[in-house]
Amino acid sequence: MRYIEPHGHMVSRTTDDYEAMIIAGCRAVCEPAFWAGYDRSGPEGFYDYFCQLTDYEPKRAAKFGLPHFTWLCINPKESEDTTLAAEVISLIPKFLDRPNVLGIGEIGLNKNTRNELKVLEQHIDLAARHDQLILVHTPHLEDKFKGTRLILDALLADSRIKPDRCIIDHVEEHTIQMVLDAGFWAGITLYPESKTTPARAVDMFEVYGGQRVWLNSACDWGRSDPLAVPKTAIEMRRRGHSEETIDKLVFQNPIRFLGQNPRFTVR
Amino acid sequence: MTRQSILDLYFMDARSKLIDIAAFLDRVDRGEGEPDFRLAAFRKALEELQHNEPVRAKSVLLSLSDPTTEPIPKAPGKGAIGAWPGPETH
Ligand SMILES: [Zn+2]
Repeated sequence: MRYIEPHGHMVSRTTDDYEAMIIAGCRAVCEPAFWAGYDRSGPEGFYDYFCQLTDYEPKRAAKFGLPHFTWLCINPKESEDTTLAAEVISLIPKFLDRPNVLGIGEIGLNKNTRNELKVLEQHIDLAARHDQLILVHTPHLEDKFKGTRLILDALLADSRIKPDRCIIDHVEEHTIQMVLDAGFWAGITLYPESKTTPARAVDMFEVYGGQRVWLNSACDWGRSDPLAVPKTAIEMRRRGHSEETIDKLVFQNPIRFLGQNPRFTVR
Repeated sequence: MTRQSILDLYFMDARSKLIDIAAFLDRVDRGEGEPDFRLAAFRKALEELQHNEPVRAKSVLLSLSDPTTEPIPKAPGKGAIGAWPGPETH
């Protein structure tokens, strides 16, 4: 089996995880910028984090022969403070030339507030001005449905944004249809408790098709599983899906989306 | 897949989760004090299982979701709790 992990927060994972992913067939890992589990004290904290994502972490991954790519932004959980957000957004352009940067993400909403929405619009503008791909985090649990609708509206309101250059991540059964209908890519995230299980992910693949869909583990510092994607591939096998179908979903699809940025290459 | 092979693959798993839900509701009943809105939301979401169309997962998720459309003025905190408390809390 070969697969891409298109969404993994590797700075919070161990070298054992890197090794396990390589053994399972991972050919590249992509790391969106996100919340550290605590609020950073100021823009300097984000500057250091962007250095970690664009310099230190790719070197750590390279020790295991795993290409590491990244996405930059201030995450929605820290976007309630619009002054901080503006300072962080102003830092991003100088990192966009780093060789492992794929685009702007994971931007989006958390509690669906006015300030979060304002910062989301600033990120969309940043991506449009620099012609960047966009990776969107949709809110958790009871906030996901409303947040996904607000996010799609914000993206569609900017005529410079092409939906097939944006992926809306963490879709579930109540949000996947609207994402695909609007022409965006949809990311299905596999978590032990929230988001989706391998069985539900395969259900969605069977019901909605795999044309513009990818799977990811979004493994981070919380309860999550860096091998969730290959485990879901095994779930597909159990249901009788062909190796070709599985390869398309877990390997070729992420390449089709991410390859829109010529920096993304895998062997 | 045939319904037979779906049952072969998933029946035991679903049976186990069903009993877990039953035991959870029993546990809540045996507990003391007043429950918050989550219990009512959970019971309401359970009703979605009775439908005969294959959109139960979507219906359960929608039943637990915030149905409003306007952004809220200020974040009450960072976390989500899994059920919508209703408009009065905002
Ligand atoms: Zn993430």
